[in-house]
Amino acid sequence: MTVRTAELLMAIMMGAFSIYLMVKSTELAIGWIDEEGPGGGTWPFWLSTIMLISCGGILINWFLKKGPVATSNKVYIEKHVLGDVAAVAGSLIITVGLFSFIGIYGALPLFLTFYIRFMGKHSWPLTVTLAVLIPVVIFYFFEITLKIILPKGITEPLFLPLYKLFF
Amino acid sequence: MFEILGLLGQGFLVVFEPQNLLLIIGGCTLGLFIGAMPGLGSVNGVAILLPLTFLVPPTGAIIFLAAIYYGAMYGGAISSIMLGIPGASTAVATTFDGRPLAKQGMADKALIGAAVASFVGGSISVVLFTFFAPPLAHVALVFGAPEEFALMMLAFATFVGLGGDDIFKTLFSICIGLVLSAVGFDIISGEPRLVLWDITGFLHGVNFLVLAIGIYGIGEMLWTVEEHALGGGKSMLSDATVTVARTIAALRELVKTWKAIVMGSFLGYFVGILPAAGATPGSLMAYGIAKQISKEPEKFGEGAIEGVCAPEAANNAASTGSMLPMLTLGIPGSPTTAILLGGMVIWGLEPGPRLFVDHSEFVWGLIASLYAANLFTLIINVAFIPVFIKVLKTPFTILAPVIFVLCLIGGYAPTQDIHDVWLMIVFGITGYLMRKLDYPLAPAVLAIVLGPLAEPAMRQSLIISEGSFMIFFERVYAGPIMIAALILLFLPLFKIIYDRLRKPRPQAE
Repeated sequence: MTVRTAELLMAIMMGAFSIYLMVKSTELAIGWIDEEGPGGGTWPFWLSTIMLISCGGILINWFLKKGPVATSNKVYIEKHVLGDVAAVAGSLIITVGLFSFIGIYGALPLFLTFYIRFMGKHSWPLTVTLAVLIPVVIFYFFEITLKIILPKGITEPLFLPLYKLFF
Repeated sequence: MFEILGLLGQGFLVVFEPQNLLLIIGGCTLGLFIGAMPGLGSVNGVAILLPLTFLVPPTGAIIFLAAIYYGAMYGGAISSIMLGIPGASTAVATTFDGRPLAKQGMADKALIGAAVASFVGGSISVVLFTFFAPPLAHVALVFGAPEEFALMMLAFATFVGLGGDDIFKTLFSICIGLVLSAVGFDIISGEPRLVLWDITGFLHGVNFLVLAIGIYGIGEMLWTVEEHALGGGKSMLSDATVTVARTIAALRELVKTWKAIVMGSFLGYFVGILPAAGATPGSLMAYGIAKQISKEPEKFGEGAIEGVCAPEAANNAASTGSMLPMLTLGIPGSPTTAILLGGMVIWGLEPGPRLFVDHSEFVWGLIASLYAANLFTLIINVAFIPVFIKVLKTPFTILAPVIFVLCLIGGYAPTQDIHDVWLMIVFGITGYLMRKLDYPLAPAVLAIVLGPLAEPAMRQSLIISEGSFMIFFERVYAGPIMIAALILLFLPLFKIIYDRLRKPRPQAE
């Protein structure tokens, strides 16, 4: 896919999103209400309208072939780059998906192992050290010090003795 | 005058509390590291680390973040010089002459020049700040809703008029930020609003940190992953010999660059105040002017030390400058200060001119901390240059997962809702894809922070005027500000008309 094609697709997608926001805004009054001033939907409605107009402007520039992006025939994401970026983005999505099931302390070591060992090709000892150490530091900092309880999923019972110890 | 010095003295008392002093030193060091890492700048550091500051009181938190901001401005020069890759966009101009100097074996001279220039730039701007801020805040005390709204319009208009990006894309970015900030509840009627796809997670709104970490954490890292894949992960680290004798010699030579440094400081400070401009254009402009006023302009690009000093002085001065409108008017002067402003809201401080009256300890503590941070960063920087050079050797594949982990937790911490982590990933990936198409994203971050302040300001103004938009033009302060905003907004249009008039027949491309 070329940059030019990507520009068109992005403008269309964002234009559609703008229309969705405009429609969604009309769930609240978008006109003037006596004694109350502008309705709750006015502000987002007109802003989404400007978004839509902007997407229109981007599309016009696209058709007129104006500007460096609209005329670029370079590849949008190079093939060998796409692999790396997709692996990173995909592993992040899987990690967040796992948060609710095996918890942060199950998902993070997996993510760290994947990244350090398989993306970075570092040694196993270094990988294991970091994959264990970083979640431990996070537990101490966020859960003990800041008292922000992070999602644990099915690993919750394992943490009960730890809670008893610290709280 | 004496009153200001007294208040500054009180600020120093806050700074010298052991905890705050530690926070400054820690922040400066961390900032230097962040700035030195290619791809990470002050805005990334502040966005990713803001959730960590829930630990300390607001004054400590902002002191810490401001120190990171400062440190990162110094640190950016390190990778610009040593790797030829700007540590952050603010240090782009530093590569022009810093890199040639490093290649000639004078990396230490460039690094010391950058550190000293940063210090002078920081010092001049913080003094200007100390004496400019209180009168400005005093004037702004009479500002009501129409003035506030006009100021925010001005902030957004500078992005359109001076940002230099595609106008439609800039407008889109501003508006999407504002609309996202409107998600949740309508503040006046209390009705649920824009609960997208009826997902209940949107009921508590879109936290600005979710967008900021999404764009500046996840999105930026994806961008860096790509750069690494393109560059094949090769490192082009220069060698630097650092000895005391060479350092003294380098310092001697710096004396002759004072003109470039002072010019860069003043220029950077005033450019930094403008919301759309900030440190990057400030340092580029300083580089250009330094070249013009130099006696040997032909040396620029070949390794002129002024070419390192002027932009470094400017980017530090700009970072202080961008805090002026943030503290006095509640309008951030850069994406980083936008995030600081969002942090202030989280900590329960209402931004705006009342801050100087209601939270004087906070404001003066911050100002005094800038003096301290400036000094500490210089000392840490010069003393540990060899250490920072080693840091540049940290493999990206170790740093990246650590940053991603911090982002994931940072997105979860403020609201403790997994919905926000998903949203952050969506923003990150979309932001990365949009950035590749030259959509400017800083305006969106600024807008999501200012949105919750802009909307009530506009609605209250219209209630006062019973629906007439003339209220924004008739008032003593609001009128000129609004007109300036409109001029900036239509500046690109004027430019097009002007070009057409000069060239009767526009050439088709």
